[in-house]
Amino acid sequence: MEKLILEPKNKTPKLIFDPISGKMEVSGVSSAENSLEFYKPILAWIEEYKQHSQPETVVEINYKYFNTSSAKCILDMLERFVQLKSVGTNLIVNWYYEKDDEEMYDAGVNFSDILETSFNLIEIE
Amino acid sequence: MLNFLEIHKQMRMNSIALFFKGYVTFELIDSIIMIVSSRLEHLENNIGVRKRVYGVLTECLQNLCNHVESTSELKDSTELNYDLHSAVIMVDSDNEGYFIKTGNFVSNGKIDELKKALEGINTLTKDELKEKYNKILSNKVFSEKGGAGLGLIDIARKSGKKLEYDFEKVDNKFSFFSFQITISKNG
Repeated sequence: MEKLILEPKNKTPKLIFDPISGKMEVSGVSSAENSLEFYKPILAWIEEYKQHSQPETVVEINYKYFNTSSAKCILDMLERFVQLKSVGTNLIVNWYYEKDDEEMYDAGVNFSDILETSFNLIEIE
Repeated sequence: MLNFLEIHKQMRMNSIALFFKGYVTFELIDSIIMIVSSRLEHLENNIGVRKRVYGVLTECLQNLCNHVESTSELKDSTELNYDLHSAVIMVDSDNEGYFIKTGNFVSNGKIDELKKALEGINTLTKDELKEKYNKILSNKVFSEKGGAGLGLIDIARKSGKKLEYDFEKVDNKFSFFSFQITISKNG
C-alpha cells in the first residue's frame, strides 16, 4: 500500500500518511468551501489501511484553522482512525493547538468527547 | 468633485478598512480573507482574537457566497432595477473590537427561516451554543455544502456577542439583509 502525501495549498492542509510506520500527520489550514471533495480520498485510504494496519497507529493532528465545512469531514476522518481499534491497532491521537488558541483546544476536546476516545492535547508555541 | 482626502481620513480612523460592493465569488472572498488576515498580522497581537476574526470572516463570506449563488435563479425577476447578485462587505475596527458587516438581497420567502435561525442563536448561552454545535456535528445531518446552520453557530461562538441583523423590504419579492458581527479585542 502506497503512502498518501498531499502538499499544502491555500485552503487545504499538508498530509502525510505512512502505512509502514503507522504515522499519520495532518497540518495547516482546512478552509475549502466544499471540503468533502478533499477528504473523500483520504477516508478511502484509511479504509484500505484498515486491512493492513500496523500494531500501533499514531495520528498527529495539527490544524491552524478549519471551517465548519471541514469540521464534519475531520470528524469522519478521526472516526475512521478510531475504528482501527476494532482490528487490534493501538491508536494514539495527538491533537496540537497553538498557545492561546482556545477554540482549537476546545475542538480537540469536542472531537475526543464525540468519539469517546482520549486524545493527547499538546500545546505548541 | 468627490473629496477623496476626506474619505481617506475617515477610513484611516478605522485600523482595518475594507469595503467592497459587487458580485461575490469564492475566488474574490479568498482574496478578501487574505488581505484582511495579512493586515491583522500587523495590527493584532492577540493570536486568539486574530484567529477569531479570521474564522468569522471565512464562515461569514462563504455563507454569503453560497447564498448569493443560490439566488441566481431569481435573476431579472424583479421590476426594479436592483443588482441582485451583488453584495456589500465591510471590515473595520475601533478600540473595542472588529466588525464584519455584510449586506445582500434575499427573497422575501426566505426571511422567516433566516430570522428564526438568527433569533434562536441569539437566545443561546455560550454553553448552549457549544452543545448545539456538537449535536449538529455528531448528528451527521450535513449537506454537501456543509450546512445545517453550523456556520452561523460557529460565528456566534467565535464572536461571543449577539448577532445583529436587519431586513429592509425592497419590493414584494426582495428584501435587503444587513448582518453585523462583532469580535471583541479583549477576548
